[in-house]
Amino acid sequence: MEALIQQFFNLDVMLQAWPIVWRGLLMTLLLCLAVIPLGLIGGLVVALANLSRYRAVRWATIVFVDFFRAIPPLVLLIFVKEGLPFAGIRFSPFLAVCVAFLLNNSAYYGEVYRAGIESIGAGQTEAARSTGLSSFQATVYVVLPQAVRNVLPDLLSNTIEVVKLTSLASVVAFHELLYSADMARSVTYNASPIVMAAAIYLILLLPVVRLLGRLEHRMST
Amino acid sequence: MSSFAEAFLNWEVILQYLPAIGRGVIVTIQIAILVVISGIALGLLLAVVRSYRITLVNWMIVALVDTLRSLPPLVLILLIYFGLPNIGINMGGFVVVWLVLTLVLAAFAEEIFWAGLLSVDKGQWQAARSTGLGYTQALLYVVMPQAVRMTIPPLTNRTIAITKNTALGTVIGVAEIMNEATTAVSFSGNASPLFVGAVAYVLLFLPVVYLGRWIETRFAWKKN
Repeated sequence: MEALIQQFFNLDVMLQAWPIVWRGLLMTLLLCLAVIPLGLIGGLVVALANLSRYRAVRWATIVFVDFFRAIPPLVLLIFVKEGLPFAGIRFSPFLAVCVAFLLNNSAYYGEVYRAGIESIGAGQTEAARSTGLSSFQATVYVVLPQAVRNVLPDLLSNTIEVVKLTSLASVVAFHELLYSADMARSVTYNASPIVMAAAIYLILLLPVVRLLGRLEHRMST
Repeated sequence: MSSFAEAFLNWEVILQYLPAIGRGVIVTIQIAILVVISGIALGLLLAVVRSYRITLVNWMIVALVDTLRSLPPLVLILLIYFGLPNIGINMGGFVVVWLVLTLVLAAFAEEIFWAGLLSVDKGQWQAARSTGLGYTQALLYVVMPQAVRMTIPPLTNRTIAITKNTALGTVIGVAEIMNEATTAVSFSGNASPLFVGAVAYVLLFLPVVYLGRWIETRFAWKKN
């Protein structure tokens, strides 16, 4: 028991690690501010492309979505960061994470939007079109607002996954929360900094997970 | 374009490291199958226990599930892999990845099964009990089969997403696809193994993604 506390809940080590972990937390938040909007917008583009009247465009979006749903985000990230330089394309760790996550998250958010759009009856589009709106206007002003409201819990759930995903950036040496905590661990030979990082993730995400549960419950009744 | 082919499609390098990546594929498949079986079984067990509505037990299940849903799997993997040896518990990387992904999948599966159980009409319970079935019998023979059917589409999607996390094993040196590929890149000074590794993942998971799509349409049930 003594050893357990010493190894995982060592306050001295935590205090010592705090400055670097705090900087890591700020970088994680910065990363979230970049990748969440990128994914939300990218996903919307994918979902709209999926409605295109051109079959080739629709097929291209399906291939895009399936490909990036099949490839693990970490594989994609390592490929962008470590593989592309061999072809002369170099990204900073931050940019590499943004590029890899834009591709990955657009596919996932795109699927969520698609489910939302499919939940709206064709009558809505027809009614909107009959009032003189163009098909683009009908989608943007009539279908999308209802679609997004229908899939709000799924959008939130996916956003939680995106925040958790940012921890992968540690693998390509981006100095975010987990990277900083793991640095502190390797210097102190003590796992307490990682416990601290875990606690921070919990403080950030546990309320959202609880909210999501309530939201899902309300939507289903 | 030729520099691109030279960097990613160097056949000499590919042929040299193909056996290693092949061994990685087997490790990835092993972890993935073990995680799917143990994760879903544990999730189902937790949901069944929760349905007995013992306040203290339920409180613990909810706390565990919500915690596992809030933490990035990589945090848990590093915590267990680097933390536990210092208090005398030694686990190999393979076991750590299996354990962490099992717990994470179990948490999500429990939540999905529980939602399925709640969505079964009360009348089903009452009818089952009134024919003389006990609580456990009604749960296992009447309610569970209906609940599980409804949970199949969301469960499939979640299972695919979590199984893909087997790639995280590379961080703690599990010799799965990604680990073999990055090792090969540093030995050969050529990115082709990485390309092959990525292709291997896509070949492995694309059929599963399609299976997921098929199940989604096959089991789709309309919300009113």
